[in-house]
Amino acid sequence: MNMMRSFFYRPAAASILSLVAVLAFYVIFGGVNLANLAMAASWVNFAANLGIVALPVGLLMIAGEIDISIGAMMPAGSMATAIISGHYGLPIAFGMAGALALGVLVGLVNGMLAVRTSVPSLIITLGTLVGMQGVVLSASVLLTGNASVSLTAPEWAKFLFGHLIGGSHQVVVIWWLVLTVLFGFVLHRTRYGNWIFAMGGDKTSARNAGIPTRGLTLVLFILSATCAAFVGMCQAIQFNSAQVSGGMDYIFNTIVSVVVGGVLLTGGLGTVPGVFFGTVTFAIVNQGIYFTHINRNWANLIIGIVLLIAVAMNESFRKLALNQQPGKTAKASTS
Amino acid sequence: MTEEAPVLELRQVDKSFGPIDVLHEISLTVRAGEVLCLLGDNGAGKSTLIKTLAGVHPPTRGEILMDGRPVHFSGPKDAGDRGIATVHQFGGTFPLMSIGRSFFVGVEPTKGWGPFKVFDRKKANEIAVQAVQSFGITRIDDGDRLVGGLSGGERQSLAIARAVHFGARVLILDEPTAALGVKQASHVLRIVLEAKRRGLAVIFITHQVMHAMAVGDHFAVLIRGALAANFRKGEKTREEITDLMAGGEAMAGLEASLETYMQSHEGHPPSA
Amino acid sequence: MTAGVFRGLGRFAQRPETGSFVGLIVTYAFFAILGGRLFLGAPGWSSWLNMAAEVGIVALPVGLLMIAGELDISVGSVLPAASLTVAILSGHYKLPIALGIAGGLLVGVAVGFVNGLLVTRTRIPSLILTIGTMFAVMGLTLGFTIMIAGSTGVFIVPDPLTKALFGAALGGMFQVGIFWWAGFAAIIYALLHLSPWGNWIFALGGDRDSARNAGIPTQRLTIQLYMLSGFAAAFVGVMQVITFGSAQVAAGSSFIFNSIMCVVIGGVLLTGGAGSVIGIVLGTMTFAIVNQGIFFSSLNPDFGSIIIGALLLAAVLSNDTFRALAMNYAGKKT
Repeated sequence: MNMMRSFFYRPAAASILSLVAVLAFYVIFGGVNLANLAMAASWVNFAANLGIVALPVGLLMIAGEIDISIGAMMPAGSMATAIISGHYGLPIAFGMAGALALGVLVGLVNGMLAVRTSVPSLIITLGTLVGMQGVVLSASVLLTGNASVSLTAPEWAKFLFGHLIGGSHQVVVIWWLVLTVLFGFVLHRTRYGNWIFAMGGDKTSARNAGIPTRGLTLVLFILSATCAAFVGMCQAIQFNSAQVSGGMDYIFNTIVSVVVGGVLLTGGLGTVPGVFFGTVTFAIVNQGIYFTHINRNWANLIIGIVLLIAVAMNESFRKLALNQQPGKTAKASTS
Repeated sequence: MTEEAPVLELRQVDKSFGPIDVLHEISLTVRAGEVLCLLGDNGAGKSTLIKTLAGVHPPTRGEILMDGRPVHFSGPKDAGDRGIATVHQFGGTFPLMSIGRSFFVGVEPTKGWGPFKVFDRKKANEIAVQAVQSFGITRIDDGDRLVGGLSGGERQSLAIARAVHFGARVLILDEPTAALGVKQASHVLRIVLEAKRRGLAVIFITHQVMHAMAVGDHFAVLIRGALAANFRKGEKTREEITDLMAGGEAMAGLEASLETYMQSHEGHPPSA
Repeated sequence: MTAGVFRGLGRFAQRPETGSFVGLIVTYAFFAILGGRLFLGAPGWSSWLNMAAEVGIVALPVGLLMIAGELDISVGSVLPAASLTVAILSGHYKLPIALGIAGGLLVGVAVGFVNGLLVTRTRIPSLILTIGTMFAVMGLTLGFTIMIAGSTGVFIVPDPLTKALFGAALGGMFQVGIFWWAGFAAIIYALLHLSPWGNWIFALGGDRDSARNAGIPTQRLTIQLYMLSGFAAAFVGVMQVITFGSAQVAAGSSFIFNSIMCVVIGGVLLTGGAGSVIGIVLGTMTFAIVNQGIFFSSLNPDFGSIIIGALLLAAVLSNDTFRALAMNYAGKKT
């Protein structure tokens, strides 16, 4: 009973329940063979690419900010890699460094604007989103005269960032798992994690308590833009080419994954395991539907419903956690 | 009276924002082991005075002394480092953090080394719970509970215990009892007395005269940015203080106009 | 003397549409220089006005919602949903076009009602909530369209009267939507700035609790605002299907961010409580001028979105500064 209770107080609870519910729905109404689904690579690959971006976006959201410029940073990352190492033929290390440096730069701009002005980060990153789309398009057309650039990566880069494990699972999956552990460690086990929670709870008090809120905000924005550029870079290496378009889906997909994962949009609450399960849930709804008799066209409807139900569950679980009474001592104090 | 220098002293402090004078020649002393009650109606300048004391605003004129030596606060963090802690009306400001985590925000205890320095949850929870319980709030016994799940009085107590734990010498309590019920308020008042017993200088801001009289050693009434009265315990009655707070003349004026009204309306007070 | 000038400047700066007006003038001048005669003439005006009309009709109620402190992402999926409803009812099932249009608009109003209901009944932020309804409506649209029509595009041949009302182009260039936009703007201007209803919206965005305590029916007002934005998005969907004679499942997602950008460039505060209809209209014009003006210039069209991004940031930053100025000015006066 007690374990049940403490399960519901965890912000990840709703995402695990959502996942179970989606799986149950697919098994009962879609005739899914769970073993087949578990072995399938499509949703795992989808989740890995999404998850690497969802992790830092989740941290940002816990800290009370949001970043939608990631939608432009994905193609920016892959284009930077492909233009530098494909079009100009420089060593792949330069292309990769260029992609990540672009991520750091855009993250820095987002962070600076968020720290120095009182403009909400949704609007700031909307501005950099649109701006970066233009930069990526112009750069690719001006420099290469094309909207798609091909790239041949050497063996080692392929092995690290763009090969298929067992011919099906992208190596990005490993990166995703490693990053999940890393982000989880930082958020839940170090003082920096505590700072992020404090910042999302109340920025002014956090600053007064001596937390370098500005620096932390900068770091978080840099992380999210860089992770998005990293995913773009991996895709360019994986598929031997980069396109200017794509990535816009990631904006809402990451927000949905993070929120289904129990992160409070207004900040101050959330967990990395929650974000992980939120991403898995999203990926299974989106890709798992191919394993069902259900028409793929209904996938978005299911995502919308899962999102609304998960958010509603999060709300009620949070209320439960806030009203949590410490069992026996509650009685003692009411006397 | 001891001859020891007061912990915190304001001398002729003015504070203005542009052309607007908010505080005018405020002189106050707070001594260790004393509770100074700062009384005043809304808009009297209480919150500006608190912010000046807490280092948010530098004074426009006049000086602030600690232990008899003039000080300049570079910001709230600096004031905090010198032992001035402010506890706001709603106490713990991180409702969604656990008691242990919020207690140590910014000064987290860690174990391990290098990049593997880990937040020591167990230690944080133990210290936090112990600190609150030492103030007599035995109901808090689980450091993993969320701050938002505590009652208003418990949250205030947690915030005060936190300030004391981190070496506060001056405790500024901004309307700690304003939003509380009678029972919860008495909890907080008891904790104010406990802080005083431990030798802290307490500045207790309130507009509830009853609460002030229950714990105060020394009272100051603020009206329109100026110190209207400054007296010690027992020198004035509750009615006198209430009158003072409402701005003396204003109250008298209201009474006079009521009287005239009643005379011209055959002794009936105006209907509401 | 200087005090008078200063007060005048202060009052000018205090107006929420000042920044967007300055932005519009600068942008227009910029493209007038680059675009030359063609941009200054009818082709230029028609191209940016046509674009402004489509975005503008959605941006107006989205702006009202933002003034009231809420967001509506679902407009992006309501638009194709309404288009397809019209196409399926009147194209696929051959029902009278009036019925189809009514159906399309009804879909928008219904989605708006659901949004409003969910926003007022739960404490979930409207950004998340309307992302949820966006996905749901997208799925429903796709699912039903494939189920009924068997493909993702549905055709319709409107009668001449309907075509004239919703899809005609005057002189082959100026689409009738421009007049609808003007109409929407006039009505919403009257609602926001002249009726007590508008005052309620400002109060709602400024401080919801105080607004409720002041006796404003905040829940009903929020639902009405969402129904209005659903209706406007559906209206644009109806216009599109009649103009183009076909409806596509994928259309509309660009409206999500475009409408927000127009509104923000127009000086509306994302966090609510401030903004004006004139500002929104000016912001929409600026947005459309950049978007279309770029094609009249010798610049690479891809620069357009860089300019829009920069413009958006400049707009919010200057709004920020203007507001700080205005506040300061007011503070010094007292």
